Amino acid sequence: MFLHALGAVGLGLALATSVAVAQEEGATPHYPLKKPEPQEWSFAGPFGTYDKGQLQRGFKIYREVCAACHSLDMVAFRNLEDLGYSEEQVRAIAAEYEVQDGPNEAGDMFTRPGTPSDYFPSPFANVEQAAASNNGAAPPDLSLIAKARGVERGFPTFLFDIFTQYAEGGPDYLHALLTGYDETPPEGLEIPDGTYYNPYFISGPALAMPPPISDGQVTYEDGAPETVEQYSRDISAFLMWAAEPHLEARKQTGFTVLIFLVLFGGLVYLTKRKIWAELH
Amino acid sequence: MSGGHSTYTPKTGFGRWMDARLPLPRLIYDSFVAYPVPRNLNYAYTFGGILTLMLVAQILTGVVLAMHYAANTELAFGSVEKIMRDVNSGWLLRYLHANGASFFFVAVYVHMFRGLYYGSYKAPRELLWILGCIIYLLMMATAFMGYVLPWGQMSFWGATVITGFFSAIPLVGDWIQQLLLGGFAVDNPTLNRFFSLHYLLPFMIAGVVVLHVWALHVTGQTNPTGIEVKQKTDTVAFTPYATVKDGFAMVVFLFVFAYFVFYMPNYLGHPDNYIEADPLKTPAHIVPEWYFLPFYAMLRAITFNVGPIDSKLGGVLVMFGSIILLFLTPWLDTSKVRSAVYRPWYRLFFWLFVADAILLGWLGSRPAEGVYVALAQLGTLYYYAFFLVIMPVLGLIETPRRLPNSITEAVLEKNKAGSLETQPASQR
Amino acid sequence: MSDIDSTHIPEHSRRDFLYVATGMAGAFGAAAVAWPFIDQMRPDASTRALASIQVDVSAVEPGMSLTVKWRGHPVFVRNRTEQEMQAAQETPLDQLKDPVARNENLPADTPATDLARSAGEGKENWLVMIGVCTHLGCVPLGQQGDFGGWFCPCHGSHYDTAGRIRKGPAPENMAIPTFEFVSDTVIQIG
Repeated sequence: MFLHALGAVGLGLALATSVAVAQEEGATPHYPLKKPEPQEWSFAGPFGTYDKGQLQRGFKIYREVCAACHSLDMVAFRNLEDLGYSEEQVRAIAAEYEVQDGPNEAGDMFTRPGTPSDYFPSPFANVEQAAASNNGAAPPDLSLIAKARGVERGFPTFLFDIFTQYAEGGPDYLHALLTGYDETPPEGLEIPDGTYYNPYFISGPALAMPPPISDGQVTYEDGAPETVEQYSRDISAFLMWAAEPHLEARKQTGFTVLIFLVLFGGLVYLTKRKIWAELH
Repeated sequence: MSGGHSTYTPKTGFGRWMDARLPLPRLIYDSFVAYPVPRNLNYAYTFGGILTLMLVAQILTGVVLAMHYAANTELAFGSVEKIMRDVNSGWLLRYLHANGASFFFVAVYVHMFRGLYYGSYKAPRELLWILGCIIYLLMMATAFMGYVLPWGQMSFWGATVITGFFSAIPLVGDWIQQLLLGGFAVDNPTLNRFFSLHYLLPFMIAGVVVLHVWALHVTGQTNPTGIEVKQKTDTVAFTPYATVKDGFAMVVFLFVFAYFVFYMPNYLGHPDNYIEADPLKTPAHIVPEWYFLPFYAMLRAITFNVGPIDSKLGGVLVMFGSIILLFLTPWLDTSKVRSAVYRPWYRLFFWLFVADAILLGWLGSRPAEGVYVALAQLGTLYYYAFFLVIMPVLGLIETPRRLPNSITEAVLEKNKAGSLETQPASQR
Repeated sequence: MSDIDSTHIPEHSRRDFLYVATGMAGAFGAAAVAWPFIDQMRPDASTRALASIQVDVSAVEPGMSLTVKWRGHPVFVRNRTEQEMQAAQETPLDQLKDPVARNENLPADTPATDLARSAGEGKENWLVMIGVCTHLGCVPLGQQGDFGGWFCPCHGSHYDTAGRIRKGPAPENMAIPTFEFVSDTVIQIG
């Protein structure tokens, strides 16, 4: 009980300091200016699974919008079968892309239609070209973006996250960023030329990417609303899949493992009690 | 390994033949079956077994990951992602290994705090404790180098900062840093040697673990009362009593471990490490892995020069000093009483020390500014005061509570109190 | 007395059952943990995805060969001359060391006739086979040896113009992989 009292003191101390710090800040601004709102995701929680329809919509957005500037280096066409496409459909999608191959017998590089084992081709030949074509800011590769971005949750939220299994900081961030362009900057905030104010951007008040998508820009065949809000959710889900393609297998395996450990733990505990009971 | 008298008698002809030539069964029997352990060990004493399990798990997952990993700056990041995406069960093995490192440290910290609480470092167990400190140092080196291997942004900048410690050493610092890096900055030679050493060190840890267990079996375990074993009724045989208890603790530990591996695999990592290393761009806020945070906070707490020692060298000295203190602990504690159970004041300061370590850990994750720096300085001060002032002084002035005469007496007292409370339940 | 016995014995067997159940659960858990460690050694997804390739053979005239890499092994694609085909067709089957065609596209017990070794009716001139000696895995040299086919320099195995083992230590004819002509000039292997 002494321990508990001490814990309470420690917690109180930490809380007090975090409040004090929050008041003291302002000298050096901390980004993002606003934290992302947690969204509902089909892949959240212990039984989360990807919504294949949503992934297909997100993929359509990637192809029609993002792919103009962003590469997806680590995803191969064959991976698209995870999205519910058949082998033939994947073959057809891959064939729509021209990929570089070679050298041929003459020693030249050549292009040919993609096959399922090829990876998504990059819109730019190299990082330098990507930067040169985009005002000096090379658009990042999107393969891992949903795991490579996460806004700090702060104390004590980060402790609660363990029990709520909050692991969707990446897609929440992407959604917030894509829907966060229409806010007006606060008075006195300088927005550098060629950048766009977005309070959700993780490393500054504004970013080099212009608002990438607008209502109605991508046509959906399944009747989902063609709004920026819906687009943002779908592309974020797709990018989460791109970053963590084995998420479903992981969670399903995990459930089996935990159930086994509970049962096995119970047996070991009973055994332990029996063995120790003989000791007197 | 046992210092005691062997009770092993081979039952079969082959057993006798073997015993006369290579008495390995006798060694195992004496060390892990008949070996007597105090009967009053609580679950805090199960972490030695858990640590052995984690070391084995890390070596096994590490060996198979090395079958797919490429230690080259051009390939490393991609090869890790290939493990995550294409290698069969690769995602599982990598998440086990990455989170396994964290849980290895969870277990080692519980193990160390248990040692501090029950006075396990005191004579005649000084060498046992020091071997443990060496294991801890090797673990830190191994974990640090392992974190560099995925070649993400945190890998790269973590390696840059930590090897930068050595540049603080006067005169030869830069030379040592270049020796470690194999160049003027973290680059391909660094990655290659870190991979080599990351593969080597766990086997050195395993070697020191053998010595650690050897030393343990010479002196025997401590126990919550801190009284040495005096009679046969004080102990139970390692197998089955301790093995089954350790086994249960391992399953519970594995449950928590599995929860993180399968549901929160990136919780203990940092998002920036999913960005490939870029030597031209430092992330806005770099932090080490959580298990280094208290030391990182102490490093940053020294923001002032002390005489000829500038703040950079001062920070590094304070940080390394905090670990050296652990080595000296057996001689810093002057108390005649071993266990904190009978030392009310030490117990208070011990729990304050735990709180201080957690506070320092949290501060290490905060940006080094404003009130955080002042708090870190306070925390560092207490850390040092705990070892250098409280431990030596308290041992001389504290009046301990009455000690029981033997372990058996302590257990019987506890059982009596326990059975009085739970009388109805015992009548089932 | 009987009272004591009846409570005593079930107590014992219940305990034994518990120990056995715990041990079996532990063994099951250990086996389940072992699986990923074995599983990771199998060819990974990207390797498996490369299991089929397409080869353009339009430029391969009679008497010419093409060597392509498939699953890490050389695949010989040979447009055979009339003489080569004739030599292979006239070889009596009882002179063959390995009487089976070893052609993935045909039933396993097909005799090693020249037709069964080639790309089939109308494509008899084409020989597509994995260029790996069936002895110990070296790559044989083309148009050499006692039978004008292939000769493995490592241990002296002689193959004829249909890639059948005729002399030397190799036990089997060179293997013919799964393949098909997807058009008149393009072969898909695998």
